[in-house]
Amino acid sequence: MPPEPDLGFAAAFAPALLDPVRLAPEIVTGPNGKAPGKRYDVYRNNVTVSLIDALAAIYPAVQRITGIDFFRAMARFHVRQTPPISPLLFDYGRDFPAFIAQYEHAQMMPWLADVARIERAWLDAYHAADAVPVSPAQLAAVAPERLGDLVLIPHPAAGIVRSQFAAVTIFAANRDTSPVGRIDAASPEDALVTRAEFDVVVRHLPPGGAAVASSLMSGRPLGEAAARALDAAADFDLASNITGLIEAGAFTSIAFGDV
Amino acid sequence: MSAKFAVTTLVLAGAMSTALATLAAAAPLTKAEGDAAIAAKKEKCFGVALKGQNDCAAGPGTTCQGTSTTDFQGNAWKFVQGGTCTSIELPGGKKGSLKPV
Amino acid sequence: MTTAIAPDMSAVPLRYSAPIGGVAGTSFKPEHLQAILGANQRRGFFEVHAENYMGAGGPPHRALEAIRRDHPLSLHGVCMSIGGPQPLDKAHLARFRGLVARYQPALVSEHLAWSTHETSFFNDLLPLPYTAATLRNVCDHIDQVQDAIRRPLLLENPSTYIAFRESSMSETDFIRTVAERTGCGLLLDINNVFVSATNHGFSALDYLADFPLARVGEIHLAGHAEQADDEGDLLLIDSHDGPVADAVWKLYEIVVRRRGGVPTLIEWDSKIPDWPVLQAEAAAAQAILDRCRPVGLTGDRHAA
Repeated sequence: MPPEPDLGFAAAFAPALLDPVRLAPEIVTGPNGKAPGKRYDVYRNNVTVSLIDALAAIYPAVQRITGIDFFRAMARFHVRQTPPISPLLFDYGRDFPAFIAQYEHAQMMPWLADVARIERAWLDAYHAADAVPVSPAQLAAVAPERLGDLVLIPHPAAGIVRSQFAAVTIFAANRDTSPVGRIDAASPEDALVTRAEFDVVVRHLPPGGAAVASSLMSGRPLGEAAARALDAAADFDLASNITGLIEAGAFTSIAFGDV
Repeated sequence: MSAKFAVTTLVLAGAMSTALATLAAAAPLTKAEGDAAIAAKKEKCFGVALKGQNDCAAGPGTTCQGTSTTDFQGNAWKFVQGGTCTSIELPGGKKGSLKPV
Repeated sequence: MTTAIAPDMSAVPLRYSAPIGGVAGTSFKPEHLQAILGANQRRGFFEVHAENYMGAGGPPHRALEAIRRDHPLSLHGVCMSIGGPQPLDKAHLARFRGLVARYQPALVSEHLAWSTHETSFFNDLLPLPYTAATLRNVCDHIDQVQDAIRRPLLLENPSTYIAFRESSMSETDFIRTVAERTGCGLLLDINNVFVSATNHGFSALDYLADFPLARVGEIHLAGHAEQADDEGDLLLIDSHDGPVADAVWKLYEIVVRRRGGVPTLIEWDSKIPDWPVLQAEAAAAQAILDRCRPVGLTGDRHAA
């Protein structure tokens, strides 16, 4: 249902909020006919600054890597192009990693988008539903002949980010204020993000680990996930990967069959 | 499960019992232990890269106030050096840079 | 990964705390959690922005539960877009209701403003014209919110920087009529009154004299910043980034003398100070609440 004509004020007020070139809308004024320019600019400024600040709060490592001026300029383009569609600000910025990946001035930092993806997964884990991870005892109770059909239900906080670069090392080094030494960005690193209780933990996955973890988290049975991993690399260490995933709290419960 | 991706019950059971034995024996790695383990035997480790930081990285909050910082103008790009990107290196001496390619 | 509370429209009765009277409280900021829990303070209350607690789980809810265990809570919505022409976001309303049911706050409030247009959320409290059409629209939206939360909402007066040419009534007339038609209570933000009065060149005292004080269920106090308009005249920004201004304290005393004890919140949302600084602002408000008794019975429209 379109708003009645008398309620057109929002449609007139909104377009210039994210466009610094447009003039203040005709429908507004200062007191006694004073110019509305700088007054309307307060709203433009509030919108732009608060949304850039939101991205800076979601992506602190990206901001530290690029420096604040670079970050705010990059974020300003993104905010104008892709304002939030939800009033929940912790949900904002899902498209920012993809924006960074194609952003012309960030092309010399091809690992930057992956660092952003880890930061986004971190915040998702932070706000995800609380759940108790599956216990070793539950797994120990599974009969050996049923292990091939074992399906592990992912924890709401668990996420995986894969990178062709050393995204995990770069992320971890830049997430606080301690000095950053030289980092070789070239070695591929995958991240497992979990929150078993209240602390979000980011782990390096060993080679092959992300594939088997993704496979399990998307509901594939253990037999199939293990077979694919061993097929890809005969020396794949299945036991240590199971240990790592369970220890990290990546799953909450078990089921059987192809769910 | 297709024949191409087959794995025996024996392999699975062996891996699971090793995993459960390890879980029963060991406390989770600390960040330092994880780093050391990664350095020593990279292929096997689920090293903890970062833990916690709930207070200093809790994400954005909504606002019901205006801001006194002005930062809404400008479509222009300013090249300002800053940040840690210059210590992050790619092969061939290519460092992170804020300069255009 | 889920980040939204599933709408809970079950028949849970929405109980809520008893009125808390003339006490001063502060915004709750997670960085103050340990200081607050360690202080063993008895009096006061805490206010949070509802939207920051609309995630499914994690540390935010653990912190809020810890606060709620020992203190009355005020749930302050900032994104409902009550003043906007669009229908209310049903999912957002359900989340809001879910929080009210879960935390049973002593106070529940929202703004006379809008923040969403079409699909964009602007994260600012944007102004609206005061006309017969916007009045109907705002009343409609408040009815819907109150139906959902099954209790009265406190509606907050805005701080504004521009006016609409089409406005046909004063802000106080608009707010009074909304309260009369919907039965909602009011959250009187005295810093907003001072900011708007300065920005639009009206008298804050006249505004307060015209404001239906009997319906006020909460007062907000906050700091503001100074800038200039196109003519170089003073333009105040409702920045919540510093102590309450002296002029705002004076207006507050006048209101408390007329209205009596009302829960009063110190809002401090940017450049957040250490807990003792915020606590000292609340103590200053509490001293005024304890010292100033209303002089005689106050009606809605007595001159200040």
